[in-house]
Amino acid sequence: MTAVVDRPLERTSTESVPLADERAFRAVVRGCAIVTLLLMGLIALFLLLRSWPALHRAGFSFLTEKRWLPDVNHFGVAALLSGTVVIGCIALLVAVPLALGASLFINEYAPRRLRRLLVSMIDLMAAVPSIVYGLWGFFFLQPRMIGLSRWLSAHLGGVLPFLHVHDADTPSSFTSSAFIAGTVVGIVVVPTVTSVMREVFSQAPVAEREAALALGSTKWGMIRTVVIPFGRGGIIGGSMLGLGRALGETIAVYLIISPILDYTTHPLQSGSNTIAAFIASRSTESSSIGLAGLLGAGLVLFLLTLLVNSIAAVIVARSRSGAVTE
Amino acid sequence: MTNVPSARVRTSSVTPELVSSLVAAALGALALVWLLYERILPTSGMLGFWLCWYTAFLALYAVVVGLTQDRLAVSDRIAAVVFSTAGLVLFSVLLLVVGFVVDKGWDAVHHWNFFSETTALIGPDAPLDRGGIYAAAVGTLEQVALSTLISVPLGIATALYLNEVRGHLAGVVRTIVEAMTAIPSILAGLFVFAAVVLTLGFNRSGLAASLALAVEMLPIVARTSELVLRLVPNGLREASAALGASQWETVRRVVLPTARPSLVTAVLLGVARVVGETSPILLTAGFTNELNYDPLHGPQVSLPLFAFTEVRFPVDNAITRAFGAAAALLLLVLLLFTSARVIAGRPLGHVRRRERRRLARAFATATDPTRQVPTA
Repeated sequence: MTAVVDRPLERTSTESVPLADERAFRAVVRGCAIVTLLLMGLIALFLLLRSWPALHRAGFSFLTEKRWLPDVNHFGVAALLSGTVVIGCIALLVAVPLALGASLFINEYAPRRLRRLLVSMIDLMAAVPSIVYGLWGFFFLQPRMIGLSRWLSAHLGGVLPFLHVHDADTPSSFTSSAFIAGTVVGIVVVPTVTSVMREVFSQAPVAEREAALALGSTKWGMIRTVVIPFGRGGIIGGSMLGLGRALGETIAVYLIISPILDYTTHPLQSGSNTIAAFIASRSTESSSIGLAGLLGAGLVLFLLTLLVNSIAAVIVARSRSGAVTE
Repeated sequence: MTNVPSARVRTSSVTPELVSSLVAAALGALALVWLLYERILPTSGMLGFWLCWYTAFLALYAVVVGLTQDRLAVSDRIAAVVFSTAGLVLFSVLLLVVGFVVDKGWDAVHHWNFFSETTALIGPDAPLDRGGIYAAAVGTLEQVALSTLISVPLGIATALYLNEVRGHLAGVVRTIVEAMTAIPSILAGLFVFAAVVLTLGFNRSGLAASLALAVEMLPIVARTSELVLRLVPNGLREASAALGASQWETVRRVVLPTARPSLVTAVLLGVARVVGETSPILLTAGFTNELNYDPLHGPQVSLPLFAFTEVRFPVDNAITRAFGAAAALLLLVLLLFTSARVIAGRPLGHVRRRERRRLARAFATATDPTRQVPTA
């Protein structure tokens, strides 16, 4: 009997000198975890290391210069950065209302039997490769959006100068614009945003929902006073997460925009550029300083998305921890 | 039953009044907008027409409902319509994307040679009954298989560290894994390009592409596996420990077998995410029209890269081939996704019949009184 009682005691006291198998298992598993950890560090390290010559040579002007002439030392990401931000914002304008409506639809309005199917359809949509969305956006959506672009620029261009388009008579001034690219990117990120919002909304406390309905509230009243205030963190966090995805979207943007190296100030006008699409388009660059510059642009994108995603993670985590204490 | 309607409370939210007011508003808006948009105002374009129609529809619907009900009910009805529209738009986008890609690619896909030949010896303008995606399919399979081989053991081991061993670094590793899932895929490619091609001096190859895909897949597998391991009931671990098993034995004989179907799902979802990635491959794989079985040497094409390259030829046949490759890619994603769902549908710890027999045999030997039981 004593052996049986002794065994657990012995195990706790010898935690530091476990069996050989045990030691090997822990070592291997810890090693793998450290490899994963190092990988992230290595990404930042390699981008910094290999882009250092370019960053050193360009100095602070790397962030303010819009031209890209690495051989004569005039190169920077300013134009790319403006395009990235503009396309990201347009993507959010498309994705957030759509995701908000769709997540509420799935949670509150869709027939209960369909809910599981709809949720897996959203997951499937998130798994559709972005090249497929890019092809669809270029061949299907773009010809159908030119009319809308023209209408916007003709009727609102006078009031909002950034909607103005030069050469409005030729249809090609409206194709390959930041507006169309942003819309496609918005469709690429909609599933991600929807699933975050849906998850947070579904955690809205049942008691409060029922209380609102019992007090005679309509369904919309209940959503407005219980579900949306409760899920505010999820709405903001999900949108930020979508922004993070949108900033790094490459292929869909690359297929649609016609690349220019100037600030994207008129989103309806043909021509724009983003950091990710620029890197993809210059992937066969041969001069070493040009390559270093590309890696520098990658580093800027890395820091930008890391910042946006960290903010998103903090906001979503806070809204989830609220759900637990509720 | 129908002659005593008051005896029964209707619980269905779809009433004749709701349907008729929706239809009335829709038709009225259609007539109004057609008149204004097509005949009176100088406007054109399908998308604009339907946007105007939708606005008019909402306004008319509010008026129709407002005839019989108060303002609260009107806003409730409008909200229901707006949210349902958002859902409908989202799902019709999915159907439109799939339908359009399959439709455009059909001319290429229905030729058998599309799956058995390469585009090595033909130009982009060659007829569709010559050339195909064989080289690209080989590349995709090899690259995805290699990246799975790299990232799955690493990812599951990381998940075990996070959930079973719970070492000092668990908090840091979890944060970093979360951050890694959000890194744009092009940066995974850029990293491998900087490390493997620029620093170590290897050429672009299928292996480099697999490394880039593995960098992207690792955090996905690690994160979903951790969630899966968390679902394994603690009672099982405690029972195993109470029988004197070490942690390694518990993991190997209890935790992993219990979580196996869900782990497979986690891996399949990770594969589905990376199988269509274009941007990391663009930087790391190089491009060739030739069939290359060897991922270690020379450039290797893959399905997304093939679609991306073909679509930039201003030739109809090349574009159709690009859509064909995209349709094949969609089919692959759909297959992976469906099998992931089917496996995930099994309950946690589901034991197949074959395994049940094996376990019964093992139990019989273990409890055999003639067998010498080693004492501690």
